[in-house]
Amino acid sequence: MIATYAPMFLMLAVAALVAGAFFVGATFLGGKLKVTPEKMKPFECGSESSGGNHLKLSVKFYLTAILFVVFDIEAVFIYPWAVQFKSLGWTGLLSMFGFIAVLVVGLVYCWKKGALEWES
Amino acid sequence: MNWLPTTQDLIAAMVKILVMVGFLFNVAGFLTWVDRRLSSMIQDRVGPNRAGFKLGPINLRIAGLLHTAADGVKFFTKQDFMPPKADKLLFSLAPMLAMIPVIALAAVIPMGDTVAIGDIKRVICVENGVAIARANELGQCAKGVATTVWPAAMRSGLNANKGVIDLAVSPLNVGLLYVFALAGQGIVGAAIAGVSSDNKFSLMGALRAASQMVSYEVTMGLTLIGAMMIYGSMRLEDMVRWQGENCWGIFVQPLGFVLFFVAAVAESKRIPFDLPEAESELVSGYFTEYSGMKFGMFYFAEYMEVVTSSMLLVTIFLGGWQLPFLHRDGLTLAFGDEILFAQKLPHIWVVIFGVGAFFGKTLAVCIFQAFVRWSLPRFRYDQLMKLGWRKLLPLSLANILATGVIWLALDKLGPTFQPTIKLGYDITQAIVAVLINVGLLWLVIGFFKPVKHARFIVGSSAEQADKRGGTVATPMQA
Repeated sequence: MIATYAPMFLMLAVAALVAGAFFVGATFLGGKLKVTPEKMKPFECGSESSGGNHLKLSVKFYLTAILFVVFDIEAVFIYPWAVQFKSLGWTGLLSMFGFIAVLVVGLVYCWKKGALEWES
Repeated sequence: MNWLPTTQDLIAAMVKILVMVGFLFNVAGFLTWVDRRLSSMIQDRVGPNRAGFKLGPINLRIAGLLHTAADGVKFFTKQDFMPPKADKLLFSLAPMLAMIPVIALAAVIPMGDTVAIGDIKRVICVENGVAIARANELGQCAKGVATTVWPAAMRSGLNANKGVIDLAVSPLNVGLLYVFALAGQGIVGAAIAGVSSDNKFSLMGALRAASQMVSYEVTMGLTLIGAMMIYGSMRLEDMVRWQGENCWGIFVQPLGFVLFFVAAVAESKRIPFDLPEAESELVSGYFTEYSGMKFGMFYFAEYMEVVTSSMLLVTIFLGGWQLPFLHRDGLTLAFGDEILFAQKLPHIWVVIFGVGAFFGKTLAVCIFQAFVRWSLPRFRYDQLMKLGWRKLLPLSLANILATGVIWLALDKLGPTFQPTIKLGYDITQAIVAVLINVGLLWLVIGFFKPVKHARFIVGSSAEQADKRGGTVATPMQA
């Protein structure tokens, strides 16, 4: 158990170490920051920034996040079935038909309600 | 204490990690060069070729390959900028969060077949050309001459139960779940970078990135279900073994392959899907405010993501370390039950060929991704979302159902139909073998063929126009 998972944690540690080394290098090797008033402004293609720096965002991004949660959780439910698919046979497939039918009804509902519309 | 990993295990794990991380970094660096060089080839210009060093009278430029190294040096020596109103902790954390999951993801990807170091070579006693016994532990024989042989492995399974090394850093039984878990973390780095940098464009880029990656992650998760159904496992090694014994995943899951490829390109936020960093709209998206190596980390993470997604594609759909007709025990050219050619090969050679095949295939897929990048224009955001939710998602659901129905129907036809399927599998192997050979031949010919330069007479445009019988008059006539 530990013997299988130890290399995975070792890999994560190596990844963190490499990223940390890059970060430390970027922080300490780099030239000293010369502060000029122009440089410290938020860069917006050179034109003067107007308004606050935090925008009012379209509600569509929020909807996408919710849809993601719904559909990704559904996918996780399908995984165990997929691995056992061959031994479950037609019974398993028909049950999965039912499950995916519910999923498709949900998708069609979202579509008809306009949750997937980005044109307007 | 046999549940603890032994020192030998840890050393083996460390070596595998070094190989994997080394491959990732080198190929990512190489890909930055490929991208620029290939784009110059596609756009009919020379491309980067300046960086070099003088070695006596020779100026070594190596086709601009040193530009990558020069970039690294330049990144490290740039001023380290942080916007005054930025969230200092999150702003520093974001580049690391973008980089760590991409490297760690490679932990479960198998780069070769299992090596049985206990049985790589064997000392046997030979008398009059006939092997009579195995030598003792010291390699001495009571009778006959001690000879070292390199035995072939069995066709399936291992022929040794000691000294077995998996050529994946960590062959987890949850393989694909680990992949999805870490692939999902990429969103966090991008989102944090955008939110913490106190810039409208960064915020917009981060939102676009988050919502794009989230949308295509659904497709990515659902397309692989078809592959999982056929392989019957989540372990990536088992998937590759299935492909070696039957046929490559691309032939049993063609739709899954296409969908996964599209989703993988979208996940790595590269050109047809590069809306989060669309230069003409958002400066450079969520990493606008980053400078020096912190920007370099995002840039590098993107290229490493290309490499890891290519590795996944190779493992799941293109047979991983498998080469057509090369099995554990050697080369067996067979169609159905008819064996045309069989040659036993030593175990270690089969493994070496396998590792070479895996890395070669990965490189080929990476370069193909670069081709895609320089051939397609960018989507509009609504087109991107429409593609993800209205086309790819229903298609991936249909893929699950179609796979299930076809597989069970073929299974229902029973054992009489099995030889035909087996023959079909072998034919796909033959097709792949021919394609690989043609591709390699084309590469070699292309490498040695002298370059043909097109020559155009560059002179006064008016003179040229006069020779061709004048120009159509326009208001902007020169």
